[in-house]
Amino acid sequence: MQKRHIVPLLYILFLMLPIYWLVAMSFKTTGEILSGFSLFPQTWTLDNYRVIFTDPTWYWGYINSITYVSINTVISVIVALPAAYAFSRFSFLGDKHLFFWLLTNRMAPAAVFALPFFQLYSAVGLFDTHLAVALAHCLFNIPLAVWILEGFMQSIPKELDETAYVDGYSFPRFFVTVFIPTIKAGVGVAAFFCFMFSWVELLLAKTLTAVAAKPIAATMTKTASSAGYELGLLAAAGTLTIIPGAIVIYFVRNYIAKGFAMGRV
Amino acid sequence: MKTQNQKAWFFVLPVLLLVAFNALIPMMTVVNYSVQETFGNNLFFWQGLDWFENILRSERFHAALGRQFLFTGLILIIEVPLGIAIALSMPRKGIWVSVCLVTMALPMLIPWNVVGAMWNIFTLPEIGLVGYLMNDVLGINYNMTQDPLAAWITIIVMDAWHWTSLVVLLAYAGLVSIPEAYYQAAKIDGASNWAIFRFIQLPKMKTVLTIAILLRFMDSFNIYTEPFVLTGGGPGNSTTLLSIDLVKIALGQFDLGPAAAMSLIYFAITLLVSWLFYTLMTKDNPN
Repeated sequence: MQKRHIVPLLYILFLMLPIYWLVAMSFKTTGEILSGFSLFPQTWTLDNYRVIFTDPTWYWGYINSITYVSINTVISVIVALPAAYAFSRFSFLGDKHLFFWLLTNRMAPAAVFALPFFQLYSAVGLFDTHLAVALAHCLFNIPLAVWILEGFMQSIPKELDETAYVDGYSFPRFFVTVFIPTIKAGVGVAAFFCFMFSWVELLLAKTLTAVAAKPIAATMTKTASSAGYELGLLAAAGTLTIIPGAIVIYFVRNYIAKGFAMGRV
Repeated sequence: MKTQNQKAWFFVLPVLLLVAFNALIPMMTVVNYSVQETFGNNLFFWQGLDWFENILRSERFHAALGRQFLFTGLILIIEVPLGIAIALSMPRKGIWVSVCLVTMALPMLIPWNVVGAMWNIFTLPEIGLVGYLMNDVLGINYNMTQDPLAAWITIIVMDAWHWTSLVVLLAYAGLVSIPEAYYQAAKIDGASNWAIFRFIQLPKMKTVLTIAILLRFMDSFNIYTEPFVLTGGGPGNSTTLLSIDLVKIALGQFDLGPAAAMSLIYFAITLLVSWLFYTLMTKDNPN
């Protein structure tokens, strides 16, 4: 432990404080929360979590969110793989413009698109489905996935492709059995970012759903406004939204720093 | 050298179709609204460029835009140097690297409305940790629902909490890619820590920092959910950033024409500033 390590340590402490407060709050009774300040829960209670795990409107929120996030991650990565390959290996008419245009979609404020998205997905009959949210999130996740994967593919020498053709591999077989395994760190990083940005987004997810595919985040905002001030319940629901992210990040922890460095990101 | 191959378009086609479906159709809807007036019942009247003129002259838009630039400027000034400083002092190998990366990335994976709700609970007077410490222990009057300055400090600190890690991760990735030999050479030359930072570390971090600054600019310029949940744009209009104002006009007042015109102006400003940033930062880069 060196002296300079105090900086990241203090930073992590700062990061953990609000999270601690949320978790502590989730174990407190409503009475204790409203009666004033306490650093630790005085009487531990699991009531808040019990509500969430027994009330379908709550736990379905989690299932819905995880469903559309997974669909989005799979779609984004699968369509981004060949596109990123094309950008990294070939030059074709309009390639640079296309790449830049893809990136501009990350700059569009979600607030700009909220209403038109609602109309578009209602018109094609997908409103209030998981697929609608998954497709809508493609707007900003596909460009990001293409960007990350292209960076990874750039670092793979072209000789790999050429050797495979000499060895008699067809393109699809080469791509699936040789090329993708070679850049699996990149696929991991791209999937991580798609998961992340789809999981944390609320505005579009809320706009495109009503009941059947309602995300957990929307359930929470509704509770915050309608059921008075159920802070304990809100804190428990918030605590549970941290867990999927924490699990995903644990799995890709070794790829993140490396991924950033290797990819063009 | 890349091979010229027009068939590569087939590889790009799925991406193109999916993104175009999501980007072009809604964008055309917005353009369509922006030149028309509606009184409901699907009746539309040609309005020309009046909405654009109104928005560009409206004091409300100027105020929101000013607040947006202030917010984005402040968070960039805070997050970028802080992120670099933290990345520089992080351990380079061992178990602590994983611990640092996982804990630091955690805030970025929390849904944005939960971030807002979490900071609300954290800063409530009487109940929240910060509210209690400020008001009851330190005796500073702190209430972000009434005091604009407190509201501003809170959303800035919240954003630094939420996103500094992105700069840290990117800067750290740039740092670990520097070969050990560079440092040994610097040592032999007797370079100071500052010289090592200025002539070895900073140039190596340039690409990743460009990306970090661009991403932070775009995302903070479009920020909506976190400040909306935390302050609702208040007290008064003091924290009403561009997106919050836009949603108020579009969905609150249902003024589709002005909201659409504002969307397009907003998008154009984001594009223009991103392009400026990008050009300035890659100016003396041969690639």
